[in-house]
Amino acid sequence: MSLLKYESQLREPLIDGDKDYHQITEDIIGPLETKPTRLWWIGLSIALLLLAFGVYSVYREVAYGITEWNITRTVGWGWDITNFVWWIGIGHAGTLISAILLLFGQKWRTGVNRAAEAMTIFAVMCAGMFPIFHMGRVWDGFFILPYPNSRGPVWPNFNSALLWDVFAVSTYFTISLLFWYTGLIPDLATIRDRAKTKFRKMFYGLASFGWTGSTKHWQRQESLALVLAGLATPLVLSVHTIVSFDFATSVIPGWHTTIFPPYFVAGAIFSGFAMVQSLLIITRKVLHLEDYITIGHIEAMNKVIVLTGSIVGCAYLSELFVAWYSQNTYEWWAFRQNRVNIFSPYGWAYYGMIFCNVVSPQLFWSRKLRRNPMFTFFMAVLVNVGMWFERFVIFVTSTYRDFLPSSWTTYYSPSIWEIGFYLGTFGLFFTCYFIFAKFFPVIAVAEIKAILKTSGENYKEKMSTIEEMDSTEFYKEEMEHAH
Amino acid sequence: MIKKFVVGSFHEESDVFSAVKNVRRSGYKLHDVYTPYPIHGLDKAMGLRETSLHTMGFIYGILGTTIALTGMGWIFTTDWPLDIGGKPHFPLPAFIPITFELTVLMSGVGMVWTFCWLCKMMPGVKKHHFNLRSTDDMLTMVIECTANSNEAEISNFLKENGAIDINTQDAEEGWWFGRYDKEQKLYRSEDLEVVE
Repeated sequence: MSLLKYESQLREPLIDGDKDYHQITEDIIGPLETKPTRLWWIGLSIALLLLAFGVYSVYREVAYGITEWNITRTVGWGWDITNFVWWIGIGHAGTLISAILLLFGQKWRTGVNRAAEAMTIFAVMCAGMFPIFHMGRVWDGFFILPYPNSRGPVWPNFNSALLWDVFAVSTYFTISLLFWYTGLIPDLATIRDRAKTKFRKMFYGLASFGWTGSTKHWQRQESLALVLAGLATPLVLSVHTIVSFDFATSVIPGWHTTIFPPYFVAGAIFSGFAMVQSLLIITRKVLHLEDYITIGHIEAMNKVIVLTGSIVGCAYLSELFVAWYSQNTYEWWAFRQNRVNIFSPYGWAYYGMIFCNVVSPQLFWSRKLRRNPMFTFFMAVLVNVGMWFERFVIFVTSTYRDFLPSSWTTYYSPSIWEIGFYLGTFGLFFTCYFIFAKFFPVIAVAEIKAILKTSGENYKEKMSTIEEMDSTEFYKEEMEHAH
Repeated sequence: MIKKFVVGSFHEESDVFSAVKNVRRSGYKLHDVYTPYPIHGLDKAMGLRETSLHTMGFIYGILGTTIALTGMGWIFTTDWPLDIGGKPHFPLPAFIPITFELTVLMSGVGMVWTFCWLCKMMPGVKKHHFNLRSTDDMLTMVIECTANSNEAEISNFLKENGAIDINTQDAEEGWWFGRYDKEQKLYRSEDLEVVE
């Protein structure tokens, strides 16, 4: 037993059961090689139905114009921006897990990073739909790109936070996709080399780019992963910062505040981890991956949830305090009358948000509840509902009563096509996720193999003898094994 | 060009490390070691130099910064200077977000492109795989036979070093376009009929 492989017994094993390398391949890739189950078909059909409804809702909006939505003169963005920010926030957990936790050397990320990254990509795809279709004349959407055009050339305004968002979201999507796929290539090669049917050989042969597992290639791949992680870490923080600039750089009461960037980033990580939890708790059960996504993994993510939930709670309070302390009449009015007042038209949304995001996650201080998958699933759904309320509170309560009291009469509630569009993105998200879970390994096989000998349960058991040795004995043992 | 290789498969990392050391000492031509997961330190043991991929990433990143700043600067000061609320034509703080995003984008895309280029990877590329289990659970060491090396001697050498499965393969080096569902037919110069 070499010292390099030693890990303290105090750390929980990350891979349960008596595993070897081949068993890991069998456990993770085996389920992809069988026919889809009835449950999978039912799930996919529901997702496709939702997607179809979404496509029809978007068709209504494109064909008949933005009046198909109930957005008003003052609530110009409504559900559309709420959903955009909600999805983009969810899309933050994947890159956080794969990039920031890689830099911090957190080994537990290997069990959950692949699925979380895939979720990120699908969530960003869903998010991107909203601003694109909010343009109304979506066929002129390419006007936002800066290219030498025949219209002058007329360039977009590089001072605008909305244009920064175009760059931020598209960069985030591209980098996440590349990060995900370069990590996936070795695992696709594993599937290719096990493939029995002609189609699988061809498909995974194409998808694995001719990967061989050569030592030089691994060296480059690891270097690439490390630098991409280094790049993606500030990128994750920048994307939601820039999304918050869409609001913070405006002069609307309730939006014009410097606390927005950190507040949005913490909220994004909070909701993203909640979504990862709700997807993985089902995935580990259905694909029998409990040995790889252990209770320890769920607990680690719950710790992140309680931390970020508390940061978000502090942000709500600071925001309120700053509005009061600023002595700005409009700012204070927006908070006192439009949010905190429970009898105001949207008071229910504010208190819904406080309950779901600040109060309920505090239950995770209890170790017993943190380690309970059923309870975690329930909480994850609650957190996502709460985070949706948060965006709704920020965007709608700040705008439905503007500076002109004569336009206060309208109470904004969405039309069926706005709801349909939102449901449609759920359809898109779950269609992609179902296809991903059936044709791609949901756990990073190669990365799990790399940590097996330090964090596998069976290997850790053998290490317990080291802790009982005294130091001279240990030194002697080490010297004997040294090359 | 077709070459002859002796292929040995190992189960244990430690065996591979000592085998690599012995191969280098004995002077056999080590073709490569194929592993299902990255083994830290194996590249150094094999005498491979550190990759300079990250340097390329830096160069691509600087390129992105330059393109973003000069592009936006040229557009707003020279090509079409617009008066936006009396603000300066080159407002550096407002250009920072896009400059940062383009730096990251160019660096990331450039590095992945370079990675694929260096490893000769793209959809449709096919290579010879010495052992299909080297993407599953085996560590595969491949030694190339040269004019002065003896096949049986290399096999024996691998066996002594702990290889559990040893065989000899004729294989095409490098890469070509091909499909994995089709059998690979090796091209030999003696197969060609000379038409007179």
